[in-house]
Amino acid sequence: MTRFMILTKYDGSVDVPPMSEWDPADMEAHLECLRSLNAELVANGELVEMNALTGPDLAKIVTADGAGAPVVTDGPFPEAKELLAGYQMVDVETEERALEIAAAVSAAPGPGGKPLGQHIEVRQVMFTFSADV
Amino acid sequence: MSEPIEDLLRRVAPQVLGVLVRRYGDFAAAEDAVQEALIVAAEHWTRDGVPEHPHAWLIRTATRKLVDEHRAAAARRRREENVALEPPAAPVPDADDTLRLLVLCCHPVLSPASAVALTLRAVGGLTTGEIASAFLVSETTMGTRISRAKAKVAEAGAQFELPEPDERGRRVQAVLRVLYVMFTEAHTSSGGAGLQRVDLAAEAIRLTRLLRTALPDDPEVMGLLALQLLTDARRPARTGPDGELVPLAEQDRTRWDRAAIVEGIGLAVTARRAGVVGEYQLQASIAAVHDAAPTAADTDWAQIRTLYELLERVTENPVVTLNRAVAVAMTDGPEAGLALLDEVAPKLVGHHRLDAVRAHLLEEAGEPEAAARHYAAAAARALNVPEQQYLTMRAARLRTR
Repeated sequence: MTRFMILTKYDGSVDVPPMSEWDPADMEAHLECLRSLNAELVANGELVEMNALTGPDLAKIVTADGAGAPVVTDGPFPEAKELLAGYQMVDVETEERALEIAAAVSAAPGPGGKPLGQHIEVRQVMFTFSADV
Repeated sequence: MSEPIEDLLRRVAPQVLGVLVRRYGDFAAAEDAVQEALIVAAEHWTRDGVPEHPHAWLIRTATRKLVDEHRAAAARRRREENVALEPPAAPVPDADDTLRLLVLCCHPVLSPASAVALTLRAVGGLTTGEIASAFLVSETTMGTRISRAKAKVAEAGAQFELPEPDERGRRVQAVLRVLYVMFTEAHTSSGGAGLQRVDLAAEAIRLTRLLRTALPDDPEVMGLLALQLLTDARRPARTGPDGELVPLAEQDRTRWDRAAIVEGIGLAVTARRAGVVGEYQLQASIAAVHDAAPTAADTDWAQIRTLYELLERVTENPVVTLNRAVAVAMTDGPEAGLALLDEVAPKLVGHHRLDAVRAHLLEEAGEPEAAARHYAAAAARALNVPEQQYLTMRAARLRTR
């Protein structure tokens, strides 16, 4: 089994309005699609963990030179689309399976039921540290 | 039917710990020993049945663990002689032991999160693994956190004696705060749906009841217990089938827990009769007014508004003003509520609830576009998924209707 991190960003690659402007039924369908995907990953024993992050408005970027006080920049950021929205850590048999999961996330329905086609990043994990290991 | 083993263990755990700390003094070591004894008991009793005197069995087992640990520690220090433990005194079952333990675990040097964890283990009788799963961290992490909390309490020179009366009130306040945080954690934690978790709300209620046996006439203890019962009573109606948030006004009130409401209202009334106004009683009274209304339309908003005015004076918390603005909107119309929001807004810059309440009042005022904008702004700053989805959905509904 191999671990992959499947990352979803605030994606500028798709031209759709924010979810708060969708038809409520479309939003419901989108959420239901992701819910059932995650339920499937849990049932298969493939989901290690999943984290959804609070929005870019709440993001802070910290830079420190080690000497002076750190510089903390508050959101919102103009380059918000580069920020992470959340990720799923999966432990799967093959890379193909990880790509298949990412494809399912990408094809989650958007406005009018049309697949969103978001860019989903798939990264194989090289090293894991957990406080339990 | 006899009491389930798990409940029995949790009930007697603080009594056993009280006896050990009383006899041997070392809280941190005694707490570890009781935890080990509880784990052994769970295993043995499930297999062989509950002993005739479970309380004495646990004291014996925990004492043995404590002695073993002292010997091991002594050996580690390469001492020739074992550390002499005082011969056990006659058991002193003391109702105040629970209060002493709570005061110790909720020591002001601890952060609320650390105090919650330590209290769940030392007084609640939960295992480290159970507490870890409740907070979605590993058992190792939680074990370390609890050990550090105990070390910090020891460093602060805390004694297993109740503080002097002039200090006592402040320390009981700290206990109430920790039990309040434990309860609210159950409603706001970010854990995934469907995970098997310890029911933190039920644990907080159980521990507050325990505190009440030690302080039966304290109006704030009654107030906190009432608040927890009256809030928890709505739990079955608070979420929909997919875990989505159902706001108070839209909840199916037939699903509320009647018994909890009756008990909570009784406690709130008794607490108010004591004539000492406190934060928890006031919050309980507000919850009682909501819970007493057969339908949302029957809610006595004038009374809620008065209670929020009192609460505002007691706490000076701007979030209370937000809630008062909702009550003002219900009695005097949305514009009056919005005017109050403008007053408090400078104190709540960036707080997502300010946008959420403004959106709600704008919706009431018949301004769907502005309302949708504020719902979306609130969603962008929401701290948990059900709330974020609820706020996003409200915006979406207003924009597409």
